[in-house]
Amino acid sequence: MVGQRLGINELKNLANEIRKKILLMTYKVNSGHPGGSMSLVEVLLALYFYKLNYDPANPKWELRDRVIISKGHATPVVYSVLAKAGFFPEEELEGFRQFGSKLQGHVYFEVPGVEFNTGSLGHGLAAGIGMALSSRYKGVDFNVYVILGDGELQEGSIWESAMFASHHKIDNLCAILDYNKVQENGFVNEIVSIEPLKERWESFGWNYIEIDGHDFNQIFESLDAFTGNKGSGKPTIIVANTVKGKGVSFMEYKHTYHGKALNKEELERALKELNGVKNV
Amino acid sequence: MSNQIISPKPTRDGFGDELVQLGSENQKIVVLSADLEDSTRAEYFKFKFPDRFFNVGIAEQNMVGIAAGLAREGFITFAASFAVFLTNRAYDFIRISVCYNNANVKLCGSHAGVTVGEDGATAQCLEDISIMSVLPNMRVVCPVDYIESRKITRTISEEYGPFYMRLSRASYPIITKPQDEFKLGKASVFEEGEDLTIISYGITVSESLKAAEELRKEGISARVVNMSTIKPFDKEVVLKSAEETGAILVVEEHQKINGLGSMIAMFLLTNYNKFVPMEVIGIDDEFGQTGKPYELLEFYGLDYKNITRVAKELVKRKK
Repeated sequence: MVGQRLGINELKNLANEIRKKILLMTYKVNSGHPGGSMSLVEVLLALYFYKLNYDPANPKWELRDRVIISKGHATPVVYSVLAKAGFFPEEELEGFRQFGSKLQGHVYFEVPGVEFNTGSLGHGLAAGIGMALSSRYKGVDFNVYVILGDGELQEGSIWESAMFASHHKIDNLCAILDYNKVQENGFVNEIVSIEPLKERWESFGWNYIEIDGHDFNQIFESLDAFTGNKGSGKPTIIVANTVKGKGVSFMEYKHTYHGKALNKEELERALKELNGVKNV
Repeated sequence: MSNQIISPKPTRDGFGDELVQLGSENQKIVVLSADLEDSTRAEYFKFKFPDRFFNVGIAEQNMVGIAAGLAREGFITFAASFAVFLTNRAYDFIRISVCYNNANVKLCGSHAGVTVGEDGATAQCLEDISIMSVLPNMRVVCPVDYIESRKITRTISEEYGPFYMRLSRASYPIITKPQDEFKLGKASVFEEGEDLTIISYGITVSESLKAAEELRKEGISARVVNMSTIKPFDKEVVLKSAEETGAILVVEEHQKINGLGSMIAMFLLTNYNKFVPMEVIGIDDEFGQTGKPYELLEFYGLDYKNITRVAKELVKRKK
């Protein structure tokens, strides 16, 4: 079974709705990671409503595409999108980050649709390789998508995995970098630069695609380019240029909203901005 | 396995041999190595089943992460390296990718303990039991000889969930028989005794048996327990031994801090109402060093002579 499909206008409206949800979810518990969730909205929506094979009624369906959220703190957007895709009722989002809820602070596999627990950075690519390899052994064709954070590329383990994936020609593996330029304490490339990304990933043997990560058409094209590239023996990385805190003027590119919820006054301002957005 | 007498062999050999057997029986078994498969004996599997074997290179984190990914897809994944590199270098991956994900990964660390010998401190893993035991979902085992190593390798492949198996480079005397049963979580009493109980795992079990012989000459009867499942250890045997022998000596080729001795001491303090004099022989908060395996066992007091000496002191404390 193939997952739900939506057109661009519907997706744009949905993106706006998800952004508000992210702010409300984190505001409610006065914790969580809004900035790096806001940047990832379009990429995740494109995956679940344009590209992925999945069956929300059967989250462990053998033929599904696997998504690993290596930047495991992006739960506000991940859980919101999974609920929208039908993996669990949207009301359950109310329990986010609260005692007794499955919706743990970092992605947790008891939440339907979550494949792998992360939360310590640098883990997802290796696990994704394991899953991608399993498709060979099972003789079952599926794709594995690993969502990486940009600061996460400072973890050495990512490069261990990058080396391995190209050496073993794992071309059903697609890493997507949420390149929102900002990590917890400032700009990534001022802290320890991850550039030049193109040269680095290409020299590690990867198929490199760079896009505007808030432009649905570009995301669609890049995802199709990945699947079109299968058979080449190269893993693919899509570098999605995004904006941390995207959609709310005072949050954009501000590292202070990496791991902090908005206060009441900020929330009102932010919602006002988002409500004023006319997508269609 | 036949009943013929086998000369001393490292437990890593038992792991390697059984892995080949398992590989031929079960297509779901995949083996990963961080370039030490010649030393860990995982290469026996590589020669037989190259398609289900990966040398990931010198990248322990990546190895453990890939193992977890494969395991989450239904494979029984063995990941082998030296105990030091596997447990210490890849620790965060073992914690999150394996244990928190409850992935069916079998971590096999060879060259544990001071008996690695000449390679010295960096290669001598003396903290693996501690750091592996503390992780939720993880179970910890250490075979006492080649024969038990084969059985434990099979058992952990059949039991779902994360395991750490501690293996040796040095040859261990063969002290079990092919027909002996190995049951996870169940200790074996190798020697009955009444005056104290010596609990150990790995190579120091045979030293403990030799010590029991020495003690017998002096009129002291020592029970010797092989605790090859360290987590969860056999609580029944510990309670019974405390009650029946009244003194417990734990001998381990491992740091004393947070080793099996610590775990047993805490268990007894919180579950047993009488005072049981206890002693632990282990590495006393220091790194290892270069030397011949037995030379090092003697230096760190893990040889039968020192075990005998400490046991006699311990028995005196009962009075």
